[in-house]
Amino acid sequence: MTVDDSASMRDMIRFTLRNAGYDVLEATDGRDALQKLAGSPTGLLITDLNMPNMDGLELIRQVRQLPAFKYLPIVMLTTESQDTKKQAGRAAGASGWIVKPFRGEQLVAVAKKFLP
Amino acid sequence: MKYSHNPTETFLQEAAELLEQVEGNALEIMPGMDCTESVNRLFRAFHTIKGSGSMFGFGEVAAFTHHIETALDYVRVGRMATSPELVALLLAARDHIAALLAASQTGKPADAEAGRLIIEELRALLPKEAEPEPAQSTTPPPPPAAAEPATAAAQAYRILFRPNINLLTAGTDPRSLLDELRGLGECTVVADASAIPALSKIQPDGCYLAWNVSLVTDKGESAIRDVFMFVEDGAELRIEAILAAGPAASDSAAAAPAPALPEAAHAPVAAPSPQAQPARASAKESAAAAGNKSSSVRVASERLDLLVNLVGELVMTHSRISQVAARAGIANLDTPVEDLERIVASIRDAVLGIRMMPIATTFSRFKRLVHDLSAELGKEIDLRITGEETELDKTVLDQLGDPLVHLVRNSIDHAIESPERRERAGKPRRGTIHLSASHEGSNVVVTIQDDGRGLDLDAIRAKAIDRKLIAPDAVLSQKEIINLIFLPGFSTAEKVTSVSGRGVGMDVVRRQVEALRGTIQISTQPGAGTTVALSLPLTLAIIEGQLLEIGHDQFIVPMSAVAENVELEAVERTSRNGRNLVPVRGELIPYIRLRDLFEIRGQAPAIEKIVIVHHEGHRVGLVVDRVLGSHQTVIQSLGRFYRHIEVTSGATIMGDGRVALILDLAGLVRASGQSLGHPALAPRS
Repeated sequence: MTVDDSASMRDMIRFTLRNAGYDVLEATDGRDALQKLAGSPTGLLITDLNMPNMDGLELIRQVRQLPAFKYLPIVMLTTESQDTKKQAGRAAGASGWIVKPFRGEQLVAVAKKFLP
Repeated sequence: MKYSHNPTETFLQEAAELLEQVEGNALEIMPGMDCTESVNRLFRAFHTIKGSGSMFGFGEVAAFTHHIETALDYVRVGRMATSPELVALLLAARDHIAALLAASQTGKPADAEAGRLIIEELRALLPKEAEPEPAQSTTPPPPPAAAEPATAAAQAYRILFRPNINLLTAGTDPRSLLDELRGLGECTVVADASAIPALSKIQPDGCYLAWNVSLVTDKGESAIRDVFMFVEDGAELRIEAILAAGPAASDSAAAAPAPALPEAAHAPVAAPSPQAQPARASAKESAAAAGNKSSSVRVASERLDLLVNLVGELVMTHSRISQVAARAGIANLDTPVEDLERIVASIRDAVLGIRMMPIATTFSRFKRLVHDLSAELGKEIDLRITGEETELDKTVLDQLGDPLVHLVRNSIDHAIESPERRERAGKPRRGTIHLSASHEGSNVVVTIQDDGRGLDLDAIRAKAIDRKLIAPDAVLSQKEIINLIFLPGFSTAEKVTSVSGRGVGMDVVRRQVEALRGTIQISTQPGAGTTVALSLPLTLAIIEGQLLEIGHDQFIVPMSAVAENVELEAVERTSRNGRNLVPVRGELIPYIRLRDLFEIRGQAPAIEKIVIVHHEGHRVGLVVDRVLGSHQTVIQSLGRFYRHIEVTSGATIMGDGRVALILDLAGLVRASGQSLGHPALAPRS
């Protein structure tokens, strides 16, 4: 599942991962993602950090509270290459990160790390 | 309403919308008022423009926007107050970004001086201690990493990895890390379980194992570091190169004196298997597509769904009212009830019309797919699209994408030959794939046509025999042979390529199409091409059905499938040794007794009715007590608890309040599990 308030980012991620053979579910912010996650067989969550309604850090925290998604791999997208955001994300329970801007191959490489 | 599949176009649309929001939000900032929310929205808008801009090659936009974002961040954290000057600058910045975006489209450079001035004035507003930091996100995406100078000789490494105890709860499966290492070269993994504490002290989801790995690889140390890039925090990771690379076997033996137990690594203590399956949910498209004309309104698709559901209730309530009115026999009631009927019908059509979208949005993404895949496979393929203005319900469109992608991929990968082969066969070098959509009655027919090699019927037959799907001596028509490829476990891919052979076979495509209450048909001409035709209902919300009754229960079967109704006499029923075949004008037709299938108690009438329906090109009879006539009905989903019931595709509430199940023919045939003289319908042992 890709979570981003930017349609173009979602578009790009979906297109890239679809071409790599994955099915991609989309959500526009943290709240939307939590709703769509329930009952979905999501295998990897890719989330932006800055979003309306519920930001990425809060989403990661809440997802980690859900028994079904305790071990779900979560990759955060950050424009900030600074360590602070990254550390906050890791503390919240993120499994990995990608720094924007990135190329399609990088995204697929990270997805392959987490998805068999 | 256009949902482009070109991310750059989407970005431009999105940026245009965001800039519009910026204007609104900036104007909401008034002196002396709490405008936290407006500032947050502004920050996010600029943040998205910056982030997405840098992704899609708008470096200049991203660089400029970065300064605006920085200023807004100061406001956000309270280190700077809002002011009319700031609002003016934000608006000027907004115009400048719009100009930069327009410049990228027209090729005329925007006024760089204007941008510089805005940034300078903005800096003047920043609090004194604020160091204007350099823009960091303006770098274009890094160029493809130059292939690590492959150390020609393989190098042996000894790796110790003792992960952070919270590895599992951070969503990482150590097995995938080890598998990744194994992918790098010859690899021996030994698990070190010495750190596992006493049971009373154990943290159930902690990862107490460490791994000693001997790896011989020619990929270099950085490739090994890459494997652990996300898990180095709080972990112990030692990577040592072992000098002599030659006798790798003895090296790994030295590194792993204990009997190598790679399997031990597969069983981390108390490690519940993370849900690491690729998401298989049908991807739901984002809300209604972006429209940049003022004549369209963006509405969340959930609102439309709600509206459609409510209209469904309205239609059903209306039909109950009209039944009650008819029974009440009050003459004065007739006219208003008739008026109501007219209005309800108009509302229904109007609401369903809102969800109709041209199939162009679904088709357009194939341009890129065909382009990329044909390049990858060294084929020359043109994509022709016709009928893209044909409209379909959005829910149908959303679920149509996956099967279409699969079919188009099949065409590119298997059907269209290489240019050389095409020339030898006397065909133009460039192959053509033709996607088209058109109305056919109450259905929309989507076809994928290619001028490739056509299906090899002998190969299909041979493979089906090989896979024990049919008997070696089975006599099959051409159509029946083609239908074999829809069987689960059948795949014509000779080799697994990156394009197809992913384990998703045509059986899945057929199931996806059937889930849309559609049908799929293939026709082929060896050497000349293949045509796949999908026939889909315009909408999933309303179904034209035939109402059937058994005992006191009512059922609906889609009218489009019904061929004819005949009678079945009790005598006939018993005379064929329970083989459930009935002769209809010389043809023996298999039938399913719904009374038995649904275990409805009571005595069947002496003369039952058989509704003959088409199913995958065959005729199948459904035996019921009575046929009550045609009925237009709104489909209600039965909800999650009933999702495994395959014989029905939903239900509807009748005028008198009773519930009628809508029958799913494919499911019915599967459930009845009887041999209907067709391999696809036969129970497999």
